Amino acid sequence: MTKGTMPHTLESPTIKVSHLVQGYGKRVILRNIDCEVRHGEIVALIRPSGSGKITLISTIVGMMPPKSGTVQVLGTPMPDRTMLGNIGFMAQTDALYTNLSGLENLRFFASLQHVRGKHFNDAALRAASVVHLDHALSNRVSHYSGGMKRRLSMAIALIGDPPILILDEPTVGIDPQLRRELWNELHRIADQGRSILLTTHVMADAAQTDTLLMIRQGRAIAQGSPTAVKNLYQATSIEDAFIEAGKEQDANHSND
Amino acid sequence: MRTIAMIRRILTELLRDKRTLALMFAAPLLILTLLYFLFQGAGNTSADLAVQSVDDDLVSAMQVDGLHIHKIPERQTTDQSSNYTERIIRDNDYAGFLCQNDGSLHLTLAGADEAQSGLILESLKAAQAELSGKAASATIASQAAALTQLESTVAALTSRLQTLSGGRTGTSTGLPQASIDAKGGEPTNRPSMATTPSSVTVDYLYGSKHSTFFDTLVPIMMGFVIFFFVFLISGISLLHERATGTLARLLATPIRRHEIVNGYPIGYGIVAIVQTAVVVGYTIVVFKTQILGNVWNVLLLNLMIAGTALTLGLLVSAFAATEFQMMQFIPIVVIPQIFFSGIIPVASMPGWLRTIAHVTPLYWGSRAMSDVVEKGANLAQIAPNLGVLLTFILVFLGLNILAMRKYRRI
Repeated sequence: MTKGTMPHTLESPTIKVSHLVQGYGKRVILRNIDCEVRHGEIVALIRPSGSGKITLISTIVGMMPPKSGTVQVLGTPMPDRTMLGNIGFMAQTDALYTNLSGLENLRFFASLQHVRGKHFNDAALRAASVVHLDHALSNRVSHYSGGMKRRLSMAIALIGDPPILILDEPTVGIDPQLRRELWNELHRIADQGRSILLTTHVMADAAQTDTLLMIRQGRAIAQGSPTAVKNLYQATSIEDAFIEAGKEQDANHSND
Repeated sequence: MRTIAMIRRILTELLRDKRTLALMFAAPLLILTLLYFLFQGAGNTSADLAVQSVDDDLVSAMQVDGLHIHKIPERQTTDQSSNYTERIIRDNDYAGFLCQNDGSLHLTLAGADEAQSGLILESLKAAQAELSGKAASATIASQAAALTQLESTVAALTSRLQTLSGGRTGTSTGLPQASIDAKGGEPTNRPSMATTPSSVTVDYLYGSKHSTFFDTLVPIMMGFVIFFFVFLISGISLLHERATGTLARLLATPIRRHEIVNGYPIGYGIVAIVQTAVVVGYTIVVFKTQILGNVWNVLLLNLMIAGTALTLGLLVSAFAATEFQMMQFIPIVVIPQIFFSGIIPVASMPGWLRTIAHVTPLYWGSRAMSDVVEKGANLAQIAPNLGVLLTFILVFLGLNILAMRKYRRI
């Protein structure tokens, strides 16, 4: 066991980011980020473009070691390759093999995530039906529409029922009806005690979550339940709250 | 297990990509076939030679395949134009003009095509050898005298031809005059006519009199085409994986970096085995190339060459952002290797070039391949070269795993 590994219980957070400073070379992207995702919790990351969302996610999935601070997944400090088996990941760009069918893509990624054999067929069908893709699984991905590719990426993240889901912009290109069904499914997953960390631009999505984390200029500017964040800034919508929080940050920053 | 998943995926993708498959299997055969016809034809030179007032014995002795002799009538005494010979050659597109004045022969070559000039000179030499045999038995004074002169003419012409081929620059007339008057020629210390051997028997240690340049080229080109196509396709496929984001996605799974890096050489290695078998089989069946050594050694060598191409292609793709940038590595990484693969003898290169040759995988691969195909080298004899190729593969693989750190540090 690596130093700093704590025994993991249901009470302890599935993802714990403390005092994280991260960047590329001398450029600092994230300054002192703290956040936690607990069992059964859905956390949304809201941010303007280029505020380090990808950096935070990359650090959590262990693509880059923290410059300082720590990131723990299920009590294990990242980067740790074996922990990736517990994370269902959906990247912002659809990373799919277009020459393969939907089912072949699912099978390939599933076998990398230790889902195989007789479990695979059940798991693949279940994941595909959640995103309404079960009828198109035998088609090649090159014939898929943008929305279908997005849904296949989601199915790949869902397969094998990992305890943690990290979804980067999961609702882009998905029609309203499917979006509603998707949220029902995400709530159902959270009710099973699994954790979801997602990023979104869509404030309606943000309102569905348990906790919001707003990152701006590399700092967390607001954190809490959607209602709490709205109340804090006396805003009627999450969007307004985000803008107010930004103004406050600018004001504080100019005082520095 | 994850490596197997990688291999299966790579092969499935490749089998669906008909164009790439065609490139891997048909293109090498196309190139080799083209070379076959290009260099097969090189032996069938034909040349037109004009002869004037030359002894019939000599003319009939000069008859060889490909040489067309045209007898032209005596020159009119009224025709005193200085460019008479030039005009005859130019007007009729002849390769040479041979005329006899009393005892001396005078040959003028067009000199535009060295193969044609060579053919004419060779036939003259052959005629000389034949006639000198006759001359030994029945000495005809005038003919013997003519032949002595002919001999020195040929010797002088040969050296002249060598000078020409060394640095052939166009003369003002456009028709370099390779003509030497036999009477004015330098004195020769040749053995007397009687002791000149009348026939020559040529034996070959390797190959036969039917060997063409293509036979020398085949083992080298076989390795090269395999190297080229495997390099290109493996490099671009990994590059594609980087560009579409699937590589980053792969690295967000518990897969190990070396499982990705190994999946490619093994997956494409399987394709390379098939490709190698097709190429080697094709050269044996279609070109009837004689492989003196063990055919398994040829396959093994080609496979090792494919292995270096694979791992090098994968490595180079780490430094390219697009397919176009990948293509830019071809003139730097692939093309120079052909110069060191044995088409030009490496031993005759300057020292610093020889040093460069030693760091190119094809130098080691092609040399061993030529040894196996043409000299029947056995496994023990090519083992050092195989060892060098294996070292290349392992070094490239290691560097690949390191290059992958750019994406994930563990």
